[in-house]
Amino acid sequence: MLKQKLKFGVIKKVVGPVVFAENMENITMYEMVKVGLDKIIGEVIRIEGNSAVIQVYEDTTGVSPGEPVEPTGLLLSVELGPGLLNQIFDGIQRPLTVLEKDSGFFIRRGIYPNALPRNKKWHFIPIKKVGDKVIAGDILGYVKESPLLERHAIMVHPQIKNGQISYIVEEGDYTIDEMIAKIDCGNNNVVEVNMITRWPIRRPRPIKRRVSTYLPLITGQRIIDALFPIAKGGTAAIPGGFGTGKTVMQHQLAQWADANVIVYIGCGERGNEMAEVLERFPELKDPRSGLPLINRTILIANVSNMPIAAREASIYTGMTIAEYYRDMGYDVALMADSTSRWAEALREISGRLEEMPGEEGYPAYLSSRIAEFYERAGRCEVLGSDERYGSISVIGAVSPPGADFSEPVTQSTLRVVKVFWALDTSLAQRRHFPAINWLTSYSLYKNDLDLWFAKYFPNWSVLTKEFMQVLQEEEELIEIVRLVGPDALSEVQKLILEYARKIREDYLMQHAYSPADSYCDLKKNYYMMCLLSYFYNESKKLVDSGIQVSRINSLPSVQELGRMKFVPNEEFEAFYFSLLERLKNDLSSLAGGVKG
Amino acid sequence: MTIKSIVAREFKTVSGISGPLLFVQGTKNVAYGEYVEIVAQDGSVRHGQVLETSFEMAVVQVFEGTGGLSREHTIVRFTGEPLRFAVSTDVIGRMFNGSGKVIDGGPPIIPKEKLDVNGSPINPKSRAYPTDFIQTGISAIDGMNTLSRGQKLPLFSGNGLPHNEIAAQIARQAKVRKTEEKFLLIFAALGITVDEARFFINSFEESGALSRSVLFINLAQDPAIERILTPRLALTTAEYLAFEEDYHVLVIITDMTNYCEALREISAAREEVPGRRGYPGYMYTDLASIYERTGRVIGKLGSITQMPILTMPNDDITHPIPDLTGYITEGQIIVDRALHRRGIYPPIDVLPSLSRLMKEAIGQNKTREDHRELSDQLYYMYAEGRSLRELVAVIGEEALTERDHMYLRAADRFEREFVSQGRYEERSIEQTLDIGWNILSSFPESELKRISLNTIQKYHPSKRSKVS
Repeated sequence: MLKQKLKFGVIKKVVGPVVFAENMENITMYEMVKVGLDKIIGEVIRIEGNSAVIQVYEDTTGVSPGEPVEPTGLLLSVELGPGLLNQIFDGIQRPLTVLEKDSGFFIRRGIYPNALPRNKKWHFIPIKKVGDKVIAGDILGYVKESPLLERHAIMVHPQIKNGQISYIVEEGDYTIDEMIAKIDCGNNNVVEVNMITRWPIRRPRPIKRRVSTYLPLITGQRIIDALFPIAKGGTAAIPGGFGTGKTVMQHQLAQWADANVIVYIGCGERGNEMAEVLERFPELKDPRSGLPLINRTILIANVSNMPIAAREASIYTGMTIAEYYRDMGYDVALMADSTSRWAEALREISGRLEEMPGEEGYPAYLSSRIAEFYERAGRCEVLGSDERYGSISVIGAVSPPGADFSEPVTQSTLRVVKVFWALDTSLAQRRHFPAINWLTSYSLYKNDLDLWFAKYFPNWSVLTKEFMQVLQEEEELIEIVRLVGPDALSEVQKLILEYARKIREDYLMQHAYSPADSYCDLKKNYYMMCLLSYFYNESKKLVDSGIQVSRINSLPSVQELGRMKFVPNEEFEAFYFSLLERLKNDLSSLAGGVKG
Repeated sequence: MTIKSIVAREFKTVSGISGPLLFVQGTKNVAYGEYVEIVAQDGSVRHGQVLETSFEMAVVQVFEGTGGLSREHTIVRFTGEPLRFAVSTDVIGRMFNGSGKVIDGGPPIIPKEKLDVNGSPINPKSRAYPTDFIQTGISAIDGMNTLSRGQKLPLFSGNGLPHNEIAAQIARQAKVRKTEEKFLLIFAALGITVDEARFFINSFEESGALSRSVLFINLAQDPAIERILTPRLALTTAEYLAFEEDYHVLVIITDMTNYCEALREISAAREEVPGRRGYPGYMYTDLASIYERTGRVIGKLGSITQMPILTMPNDDITHPIPDLTGYITEGQIIVDRALHRRGIYPPIDVLPSLSRLMKEAIGQNKTREDHRELSDQLYYMYAEGRSLRELVAVIGEEALTERDHMYLRAADRFEREFVSQGRYEERSIEQTLDIGWNILSSFPESELKRISLNTIQKYHPSKRSKVS
């Protein structure tokens, strides 16, 4: 993008976040412009003749017709480089910490600090030397960005197709503005490289190719890992009415998912929720390294009363940052809470443009925008001459009005995502959390990922299938109980009900705020399934020989199953063997009692 | 917000009037959101705000309504300023109408600051997460859906239910224990009846709360569009008193349903594409601009806690008004018709009620260490009892087991002893929790699965009586 002579336009009309301007001959679509005397940032979203429609990223109160519009010649972009982690940005990447220093605790208008700190020095370790040939995506060297991300790769910009390093600095401390290398691209074109790059948020960063997803994104949430797993590079939707725990789920995943980098987008949600993340994440420790989780997290906060156009941009800002880390070869997980608020922003702006509305007033392009967004997820081989793989997993919360899943945002999302975690209001009201409905949810990765699980836990898929089957049977039996009462059930059926109840309460229910239960590693998860399955299969033999379910249920070791989730991960293996032993003894003593 | 042109400009070029809107022609440099004064033929002044502005025309919403305005004789004065409200600590103990005029017969307010009524969003980075327990003295709230300072917790109610009594009781009793901090009540009435307003004012007067409250009263007979303004005046005042003067402010707004109706009226007059049930598509964002003006800020002593009341049309919680509210607020307290019919006061249904900030507001040093486990167990017990009640309705009591009967009885006791209390009965959190324990003591310990053995040892009534 070259800087040509830029001509100022004139504001013609102001309607909320939308501004109409004239005399905009040389403007390009999605170009960033500065609106009015306060120079607030906007983006061109429609061009008609020499007039343009601009969505403005801040409150337009006080802007009047006749004020100038200044083109910038740049597309709306984000800054990429070391210093992103551990930060909180608004929807157009303004660092909220710096804004706080500049304007106090209320966000004032027209302040645009740099997204990345300019004076901070980073320790750069080059891995290339003068004379090396490089192509787009090649890594020039590393910077230690945070304790949880030791190797932040400084890469050759995707637009440099081919070149030779003509200069590279020694290992040492540099700011992101300082030149660290020169690349000779031929034809007397020498590009100076520093550690900061810019990328337009609406354009996906290029990759070499997409590859298949076969690794699970381990979340530490039992119902997800076992029954409805998501792959690294996969897409999932969490729809649910208010109070069903979408946000708690998203927080749980942001905390525990085994990704290298987490991008968390608070899109049109509550301010206090962001405050909670900011307060809790520095205290929470990564279960693998023991370091504070905030060190791998980037927060984008455009809460519900912040400007609506910036809310629309926020998910692209987050996605572009996620792609940047993916290009280094990392696994990134992106959470968007909530995509419905983003869709509403689209709807509001579309309404101001007086576009022909589609379903429920949403613009006709809603579903293609949603599909485009989720398409930026995936596992791929990234640019660069070495073979590197990275992934972006996207988990989007959806807030359907009236918890009615037939509305357009939920439906358009379900068409593109492969995992569906349906949050259920009635489960939430029973305080069954996570309130994922096990009958309506699904994961299309389940079969592929079972192959991976089978390598470590041979009968993983057998157990999970058994669980699903029992839960399904329970549903049918409950129907019978509703019609004719519990007396109509046989003892075997009562045992199935009991087993299903144990699966629900003692296994699927997981306490997000209990230190021992919040994160359940795969081993504990597996042993819990084994214990429950053992209980059922052994009890079934007893019931077949005439022993009542209530007698089995009152055994101390069986009662203990109810508290097993509170045994910490590291103690669980020992606990498993001891409880298994006691179960064995208790159950066989019952069997012996019958014989005697 | 900054508005550059400080010069007021007058126009007599009204080209059209539609519902609450005035269309003024030839207004070249009118700013978006500018505050407008409208002088009618009889000389009376109304006020309004610019909703849309272009070279040719400005659209102005008139808060007092457009009745009696004519094309020829109306003067529209653009002030070059956003709509501001004059605040100082003088407002405490005073009463205003829905557009901020003093109506208690007292002297005008000597302003310390004039603040833009639309406020600015609080930087999420600057927010302090709410953790201070507010004791309302009502067990169903304190015990099961705890309120904390800086929270926005609405009452979802229906027509004819005693939400006003509950709100008044909370206003009388709410306190943060063991503190002597400056507490203040701001009450905004939107389109309620004279009787309802009188009830609130009397109730505040009785308890002595009136001298430490600020009242904004828009009655049912007052202009509907003014209701867009009233909550913003209340919250501007709240922000000033909380963040400049260190008060802990509780804001009660009733009835938000009337606010949304006014919003719909304007949207319809502008011929916007309607969202669900005719409400504008931006209602979520608009409601957020009210509800989100709540909270605590790092480094400031004061706080704003918000308790909006809304009546759900036809008791339908999926109606856009409660639905969108529930997505913004930090939980909801549900006032239930069935409980009310059975004579239970307060008829709060704890099962669908929720306080999202409860987990951080309770426990040791805040309420009591057994609070979390006890409320979980009570919740489980009551949910179980309620679902058994439904079962009984289908298959009769005979088919139930002894365990089932135990739960049925406990659920009844829970409603009669725990939820139910007097309108002037103020229970301490310890009393609330002990009532809960009493009900649970009818269960064998093996049924109390959500309570750890330690906690049972320490707090179960049977253990405690042995010790003492």
